[in-house]
Amino acid sequence: MDHLDELENQSIFIMREAYKNFKNLAMLWSIGKDSTVLVWLARKAFFGHCPIPLVHIDTTYKIPAMIKYRDEFAKKWGLNLVVGKNEKALAEGMNHEKGRLVCCEALKTMGLHAIMEQEGYTGLILGIRRDEEGTRAKERYFSPRDKNFEWNFKDQPPELWDQFKTSFTPDTHIRIHPILHWTELNVWEYIHREKIPIIDLYFSNAEGKRYRSLGCAPCTIPIDSKAKNVVEVIEELKNTTSAERSGRAQDQENTYAMQKLRARGYM
Amino acid sequence: MSDNGKVNTLNSRLMKLVIVGHVDHGKSTLVGRLMSDTDSLPTGKLDFVKDICKRQGKEFEFAFLLDALEEEQEQGITIDTSQIFFNTQKRRYVIIDAPGHKEFLKNMVTGAANAESALLLIDAYEGIQEQSRRHGYILKLLGLTQVAVVINKMDLVNYDPEIYYKIKTEYTKFLGSMGIEAREFIPVSAKLGVNIAKTSEEISWYKGPSVLSMLDQFTEKQPPTHLPFRFPVQDVYKFDERRIISGRVESGTVNVGDQLVFSPSNKLGVIKTIEAWSVENQPVEAKASESIGFTLEEQIFVERGDVATLKSDLPLFRLRLTSTFFGWVSAILKKEGRIR
Repeated sequence: MDHLDELENQSIFIMREAYKNFKNLAMLWSIGKDSTVLVWLARKAFFGHCPIPLVHIDTTYKIPAMIKYRDEFAKKWGLNLVVGKNEKALAEGMNHEKGRLVCCEALKTMGLHAIMEQEGYTGLILGIRRDEEGTRAKERYFSPRDKNFEWNFKDQPPELWDQFKTSFTPDTHIRIHPILHWTELNVWEYIHREKIPIIDLYFSNAEGKRYRSLGCAPCTIPIDSKAKNVVEVIEELKNTTSAERSGRAQDQENTYAMQKLRARGYM
Repeated sequence: MSDNGKVNTLNSRLMKLVIVGHVDHGKSTLVGRLMSDTDSLPTGKLDFVKDICKRQGKEFEFAFLLDALEEEQEQGITIDTSQIFFNTQKRRYVIIDAPGHKEFLKNMVTGAANAESALLLIDAYEGIQEQSRRHGYILKLLGLTQVAVVINKMDLVNYDPEIYYKIKTEYTKFLGSMGIEAREFIPVSAKLGVNIAKTSEEISWYKGPSVLSMLDQFTEKQPPTHLPFRFPVQDVYKFDERRIISGRVESGTVNVGDQLVFSPSNKLGVIKTIEAWSVENQPVEAKASESIGFTLEEQIFVERGDVATLKSDLPLFRLRLTSTFFGWVSAILKKEGRIR
């Protein structure tokens, strides 16, 4: 068993625990590499099927190619796609110029809030990883949120020997993170091994730029790169010393930006 | 979409290492030092932390690399366990930093339960403290016995070998009483980088390995394929015409055609197929730590909670129980509201 098998087996185990324990479960699909790997893992876990609905939070500021890719693969893979939007905030003209953190919270966190309330989801699978940034490094595989979506990071449940907290009180939900233990490099190695079709925004374009992390167009900056395919991305990552989310403007907004956003329910 | 060409396979399996010990004995500092001395920090991260320290009017703290929460940085304390990645020339590591404050013991357990090797830190100046002992106990309880002891802050005691040997003797005795034999006692100064990445002149009387070379000697935990086959049923799926019994092989191996016994009902079944999606060849064998699914020749009712074993290698009945009860288990359960 190599390290990718090891990662894959652990993630499948977690995903199956989630599926067994939550009757109303959904999975967040941002179209990025991590959540696309999640979709793939679900199909592995459930033998070719994806019995969990996929929620996409549409901020309307996503890069257009992402929406095209989303619709293409939702159809091709027979996925049950649920799109959530914060219509009210959008109607009132919310955008990043009102403040990046304000915008992230309104369009992403509150957009998610609305769709979860509407559909009554009690479990939500997300593709975050510990190596992305400091507060994610402190996450649990099964992470409880209260009715206001708040994450009590100062008092998280113990988690040992793959025994997870799956009980919850009404109005609260549990976030499930099956690839928490993967690194960015692992994700790409897995994409390579499994031949997972990944959106080509991740690969170097004619101007010599590629996205390392995908988000909304105004707040996501591509990096200089010559990596034109998965193999070249892997090579690049083995030699880089810059951080994965350095192109994500909301992270750099202030010192504890991600903590503040995530404590209030951000992904 | 891209062409997935050939990639050179380097082993990027992560060695899972936990760092434990009493509060303020320098766990997070050691981690920060390891990161920095192996050039594992992302560009700008060090400057970012320096900037935070400066603005808070504090001396530079390596610990802030891991203690990402505002509350942690303000009080200079690790609240929750964190994980960070670094590489040596030999392999890749994930370091699990566990809090040393007794109030956050459940977070320490969470961190340590995921590890396959451990460094236990003791402050040379303060000596063996409450959590030094308790964490030793917990490592043993978790079955984590690949342990090296790091005696930190040797700079505060002028690198005095007598203090080192005193702690070593006392703690060896303590670990020995639980059946743990530390691989090494390494004298260091994490803050000054002495004996971390390489051995240093200050401690010329010490002939053992530096922290980094000790880490590279730890061995990876192998899945227990040599033990009898045990398979707790996780779920049963019927998404299509196949009725698939899914779960993780906890130990041993199993093959298509093997006869299984499901406990506690004692129902029998023969494995017809081992199912998998998007693989080149359908598997005929499964091993410990694989999350699998199989179909049976017979239509018998099994459900989550049943345990499958090989008919040829059944579990033995024994009427003997050895138990050790630790107060912290009840403390955790109480906090979780599971017991009063």
